[in-house]
Amino acid sequence: MSAASTRTILICSGKGGVGKTTLTANLGIALAKQGMRTAVLDADFGLRNLDLLLGLENRIVYTAQEVLAGTCRLEQALVKHKQEPNLALLPAGNPRMLEWLTPEDMQKIVAMVSASYDYVLIDAPAGIEGGFKNAMAAAREAIVVTTPEVSAVRDADRVIGLLNSNGIQPIQLVLNRVRPKMMANQEMLAVNDVTDILALPLLGLVLEDEQVIVSTNRGEPLTLHGTSSPAARAYTNVARRLRGEDVPLIDPAKEGRGLRAKLGRLMTKKLF
Amino acid sequence: MTLRDLINRLLGRQQTSAETAKERLQLVLAHDRSDLNPELLMQMRREILEVVSRYVEIDMDEGDVSLETEDRVTALVANLPIKRARAVPLAKGETSESEEEADPADPVFRAKVSS
Ligand SMILES: Nc1ncnc2c1ncn2[C@@H]1O[C@H](COP(=O)(O)OP(=O)(O)O)[C@@H](O)[C@H]1O
Ligand SMILES: [Mg+2]
Repeated sequence: MSAASTRTILICSGKGGVGKTTLTANLGIALAKQGMRTAVLDADFGLRNLDLLLGLENRIVYTAQEVLAGTCRLEQALVKHKQEPNLALLPAGNPRMLEWLTPEDMQKIVAMVSASYDYVLIDAPAGIEGGFKNAMAAAREAIVVTTPEVSAVRDADRVIGLLNSNGIQPIQLVLNRVRPKMMANQEMLAVNDVTDILALPLLGLVLEDEQVIVSTNRGEPLTLHGTSSPAARAYTNVARRLRGEDVPLIDPAKEGRGLRAKLGRLMTKKLF
Repeated sequence: MTLRDLINRLLGRQQTSAETAKERLQLVLAHDRSDLNPELLMQMRREILEVVSRYVEIDMDEGDVSLETEDRVTALVANLPIKRARAVPLAKGETSESEEEADPADPVFRAKVSS
């Protein structure tokens, strides 16, 4: 595949801690499992942890910085995932780095990676300052991650404004940490509220899922082991939709609850 | 949700927190997107009201000039109920005497006295 057809996708949010890195790791594995050669680039060099979520923290020797400086070859810096060799990780730099790369450096490194990968996912740092702008410079399209909370939606809106004025297209939304019960009680912004306000198409809906934490403990993204948990299914479906497949979105009102929860719902219905 | 929240909601007394969140977001995003600082917005509102009230008497209690946003397009919306037209427009800087009952805490009223 030539670099021209490689999809370079920025994963961003504005606000920190909403699930960018978790999405990047899971989406990267899911795409790789679907046969796509996928590189994930950690552009959050100050607080990098994509390596940790992928279980690759002990295998990083070089970063994009050494590649650009000519100290090593690109292949040496790309860390291949053991179980999923279609996936490779490239850290942009290391936390001790004093000077950050320029937007041109980012473009250069992404162009190099694009030569042999189908997808390049760029995990953006939080904020809308230098680090974010560097990461954005190298991407053609974007996935904005947000949670159904006012501060996260507001920050997402700022980021969308910047993406729009930089010609990034398409921009799609992943709504993370959805709690169906709170939504049903109207204690959480509804899915439609968020998509209406941000005016973006919805690429995926990820429920709040304890398994996410378990998987980060192990350094094994949920999508590595199939689709047994709600979040694993959601991330896998994001990958399929990204590739153009028409996969229906889950309905948070019906999702992921066992028999007991269903009985519980029946009871609440009778009571009120 | 507490029982009291539930009762309040069943009685239609209280907005749900999701509704409140949506309204607050729409308001704050209208300001974020327009990039107008609140002070400039106030000044603009003041001047708009001043111009309009030279030609028509407007109902200051009902009227409002606000920012609204939909589909990432922000609009300045003026909703100014007209009491009656003035036969002769007031000159610039001139104010009429018929509207003193407004509340001084009301920004619209403050706008008027300072104009
Ligand atoms: N769907 C989810 N359910 C439960 N916890 C989640 C979910 N998504 C993310 N988290 C947790 O939220 C925290 C922040 O996620 P992370 O991906 O590091 O965010 P970011 O990269 O945007 O700062 C992590 O502790 C992660 O385990
Ligand atoms: Mg992160």
